[in-house]
Parts: sequence; structure tokens; C-alpha cells
Amino acid sequence: MPEVLEELEIGELSEVLTAPEEGISRVPPAPPPGLDTALYEHDERAARADLRRQIAAMEAELGQLFGSAFPRKGIEFGVPAPGGGPRVLSVDELERVRDTLATRLADIKARLDDAGYVEQLNRRLIERMSAAPDEYKWVRVSNEDIGEPGCRHWHSRPRYGLIGMLKGWWRVKVSSGCPLAEPA
Amino acid sequence: MAELPQPQEAAPEPGWIAPELADEFPGLGIFTTTVDAADGRSPEPLRERLRDLSDRVAGQEAILQRQRPIPWAYRVFFRHIGLDPDTTRTPPEELMLARIQGGRLRSSGRVADALAIAVAESGVAVLAFDADRLAGRLGLRTAADGERFAGRTTPLAPGTIVIADEERPVAILFRAVAEGVEVGRGSSRTTLAAIRVKGVPDVAIEEALWLAASAMLA
Repeated sequence: MPEVLEELEIGELSEVLTAPEEGISRVPPAPPPGLDTALYEHDERAARADLRRQIAAMEAELGQLFGSAFPRKGIEFGVPAPGGGPRVLSVDELERVRDTLATRLADIKARLDDAGYVEQLNRRLIERMSAAPDEYKWVRVSNEDIGEPGCRHWHSRPRYGLIGMLKGWWRVKVSSGCPLAEPA
Repeated sequence: MAELPQPQEAAPEPGWIAPELADEFPGLGIFTTTVDAADGRSPEPLRERLRDLSDRVAGQEAILQRQRPIPWAYRVFFRHIGLDPDTTRTPPEELMLARIQGGRLRSSGRVADALAIAVAESGVAVLAFDADRLAGRLGLRTAADGERFAGRTTPLAPGTIVIADEERPVAILFRAVAEGVEVGRGSSRTTLAAIRVKGVPDVAIEEALWLAASAMLA
């Protein structure tokens, strides 16, 4: 191969060996005649409309998750806006809104999945506790632990106080009703 | 529940919209109706209507509101125009928040109560202007470079979507109403304006304006 290279003159490899001159663009400003490709079509309005459709669908899903998540706390639903509104957003800005929505949706779904798993474990704990309260002494599970609204809780407690504790008489006491509202 | 009188005014009139906005946001529009009534202490039928509404609108509805078609449509539109609906609340959500935080919907005068009833019952964004201070029909357009807005020391950012009459912007869409066009003590006529976005049916717009006008005339 070296002998082949020696036979070539430098000018024959100008595209490879020499740097392009500054100020000369090698990308044609317009497609060659008769050649229409997607690379040269530039319809931002269609892109904005499509992004808005995607945002609308995600907002609908976000609203459903908001309803499903109640009464769980600690789940963030906010999706920050580009700011400077109200105005017509550019494609880039709409893409950022869409991407932020998608990220938020994924995060919420993961948190709800995790919460659902823990709540399911707690429901089974209530069942086992009810079947054998003496094996879960003083264990307390609330509505919040199983993703339900309200103030109910299941508490494994001894019957008749100290006597029950000494005799091994345990039961699950179900308390319901929220505390009375206190004056402000 | 107290019966409200039928409005004697004309049917809702469509406002104008700048072509670039109409192209970008199909379904966006503004509709107005004008009533011979102004602000003041709300009469008892109106306050009773507000109390009834407070009883019907509760926490469960607040949770499910985002899934309802019309509140959802406004939330989507807010995202489309660069507003965060959890920070700059849509009108139905803002009213719901006031109800939850205040314990009930409180009477704040005839105009505010009429708007509250219209928004709560229909979910449509409705606002009010002093009809005698408007020049011509209301419409939607974008602000020009350096355009002033009454009540602001700095000009509007170019491209800001505004509600405008035929001379000047009278409100920044879903943000603020310009000084000098609000319904006040010296007003005698009120122009009610409903903002339609994609997903809000025309019948809801008509209902919202009818509810607001009826409440104003109570």
C-alpha cells in the first residue's frame, strides 16, 4: 500500500488531506431541482400542532393520575412552564413542555406503583394481624398506610389492659372517625 | 333555590381574533354580551344562589375537576401558551380553590358573584368590563412591540396574547385586567366576556354568559 500512496499526488486527495476553506458551506441552501426530501421541508406550524396534541393527551393522563393518587401525599404533580406567557410558544419550548410532562408522568407512575406495592403489603398485614393479633403486638396500621382516606386504623392491643397483656389476650381494635375539629 | 330573571339583552356576540392566533389555536375565541347592570352589593337571591353553590361544590369535585372536559381544556390551553396551570390557576380551579380554602364561596359584590356563579356552573372562563369604557368590539390578538398596558409601567412583551378592543389591550389573557376598564362604582353597563378554547363547546359559552347576565340582573 505505501507504494500506491507514493504514486498519488497530493491534489488527488484534497478532500481528505486539506481543511475546507473558511466561509464556504458544503450544505446546499436548497434542494437540487427535482429532489424533495424531508430534510428540506420546514413546517413548524404542523410541528407545533402535533406537540400540542401530545401535550393535551399527557395533561389528560396527568389529571387521571391526580385523581387516582388521592389521598396519598408527597407526590409532586407540578410541571413548570417556560414562562413569559401568555404567548405562542416555539417548537423548542413546546418540546420542553412535552418532555417535562413525560418525565413527570413517568415519575408519578413509578411512585404510585411503589405506593401500591407497600399498601398491598399493609393490607395483608391487617389480615394476618386480625387472624393472630398476639403475633403482632402493638402493631398499628392506618388508612393512610393502605392508601385510603379517613382516620381509621387497626391496632393490636391487649384485652383488659395489663391483665390481657400478662395472659396473652390480644385483639385488633379498629378505630374510626376523625378527631373533632379544634377551634382555630 | 332562588329563581333568576331571564336576561333581556341580545344573544352572545362573537368577538374578533387575529388571524395568526386563529391559525395557531383552532377553537380559540371570545364571546361577549352586555347588560344594563353594574357592581354593588349582591341582592339576597344572588347570595342565596352562592350559598347553594357552596354546598354543591366540595372536595371530591376538586379532586376530579382536572378530568372534567372543560377544566381540562383550559389546563391544556394554559400549557400551550406558556402558563403553568398549577401556578396561574384556570378560572374554574381558582374558584374551587377559593371554595376549599374559604370553606364557602363568599359574596364579593354583584359582578364577582355573577362571575363566580357562571364559572362554577359552566366551567367557562368569564370576565367583566365596564361597557362604557370599551371602544368597539372585543377581540384577541398579540401585543405589538412596545405596546403599553394600563396599570403597568413597562410595555407588554411583544407577542403577549391580549384581549383588546379596537383601540388598546384591555386585559392580558388569563392574567390581568387593565386599569380603567374594570366595572366600578361609576359604571352603568357591564360587558361580560367568555373565552372559548379548543374543547369547550359553544353551548357552554352560551350558558356561561346567560348565567352571568342573569345573575347581574337579579
